[in-house]
Amino acid sequence: MLAKRIIPCLDVRNGKVVKGVNFEGIKDVGDPVALAQEYNRQGADELVFYDITASHEGRGVILDVVREVAKKVFIPLCVGGGVSTVDDFREILRAGADKVSINSQAVKNPQLIKDAADIFGSQCVVLGIDCSRVKTQNPNSQNTENEHTNSANISEQKYTVFVNGGRIDMHLDLIEWVKKATELGAGEICLNSIDTDGVRGGFDYDMLNAVCAVTNIPVIASGGLGKIDDFYDVFTKTNASAGLGASLFHFGELTISQVKEFLREKDILCRIAAANASHSQVNS
Amino acid sequence: MAQTKKAAQNKKKNMVAIIDYGAGNIFSVKNALDYLGAENKLTDKSEDIINADKIILPGVGAFPHAMQMLNKNGLADVIKTQAKKKPFMGICLGMQIIFEKGYEFCECDGLGLIPGKVEKIKDMGLVIPHMGWNKLEKINGSNIVKEDNIYTYFVHSYKAVCDEKYIAYYCEYSEKIPALVQKDNIYGCQFHPEKSGEQGLKILENFINL
Repeated sequence: MLAKRIIPCLDVRNGKVVKGVNFEGIKDVGDPVALAQEYNRQGADELVFYDITASHEGRGVILDVVREVAKKVFIPLCVGGGVSTVDDFREILRAGADKVSINSQAVKNPQLIKDAADIFGSQCVVLGIDCSRVKTQNPNSQNTENEHTNSANISEQKYTVFVNGGRIDMHLDLIEWVKKATELGAGEICLNSIDTDGVRGGFDYDMLNAVCAVTNIPVIASGGLGKIDDFYDVFTKTNASAGLGASLFHFGELTISQVKEFLREKDILCRIAAANASHSQVNS
Repeated sequence: MAQTKKAAQNKKKNMVAIIDYGAGNIFSVKNALDYLGAENKLTDKSEDIINADKIILPGVGAFPHAMQMLNKNGLADVIKTQAKKKPFMGICLGMQIIFEKGYEFCECDGLGLIPGKVEKIKDMGLVIPHMGWNKLEKINGSNIVKEDNIYTYFVHSYKAVCDEKYIAYYCEYSEKIPALVQKDNIYGCQFHPEKSGEQGLKILENFINL
């Protein structure tokens, strides 16, 4: 069976990793190639580069980053941030990425999911969703939602999808969006809970379960990672296929190898990377 | 290390032809060989394949399209002959088309280097494509896999159906899926060794050093 995946996410601006990554032995902590190599050494199952470059001029830089990483790190690479067309997909995949992540643009133009999946295959279309629990719900107004709630006992909770980095509420129901995206051919869903993101109190298990109940494509848990046990919880309380982490890994509070060893001791299926990596010296 | 040195020493006599026939991402295979220090050439020319010491046939996409491209270039016949003379590795779709027949969209003749056919993976409620890291389970083993408990990276919707004597390793998904097949010097990797971390590179390296 498939191993559960642990995925570090790197935010890249103008070719540099931001969010103060802190590793011993790496001089330039902003160097995406050095960090990718380090995470690969630790046993990361995939790497996500999220391009937060604001300017148009900076956009080409992420492609150079991918090209350089793809020459030295041989695990699946996913790139997201600002992707809005099939041509963007093509460019990123040609640079050496294996997957492309889309988010806001897919909400605005769902056809992008289908177009990209038809051309490049579902396996490289990762749909990022930023989502929050609806807080204004009145318990007495349930009758307005029969249409949605009769499909499952998923949860009494309602969730709504946000775009533009979690700033704009699209008043789009999460469950409906997941079903639609699955039909359109999304290959994976990276579900980021706005409610748990940054809180470090664990992933949003209810939200993950609500999504896993209505789709069979892999779901990546994002937002809320605070300690090693959170990975155990996400793989035992939900059907998530992968857990995404950022600052906890970047600050060196946890290494991926520690997480993998911890999970393996608890009988969670995961890949332990080779202890000795000895090919790279051929050219030197 | 010893093996990588050998690869470096043999550089002049160890040219790997990576067949470029317009089917999918071949650059990651080239990147991996460059990283391992193996001399290689992306090519769609018969003479390069004939002169090479090893052949790698990558591929992403659909079975009939890949065969159409190989037949159009006249490469199919060259591969059929050359694969019997030197180490040959098909990767992913490149592994599938070494069998006799494929059933992706329509029935289509493959290269027929190993007896067998290629069919859609049974779904059984699990997601197709089979994508992710899966464990290699040994049947006959192979001289290019020297470790145990290896996980490799898979992305595919079709799988080989062949006699067990050709299956070196399989993996378990909705059903048993042949992961590495072998007949003499012909190797077929359903997984992507060029995307399977250090252990995947090791398999490629062992192939290069044959």
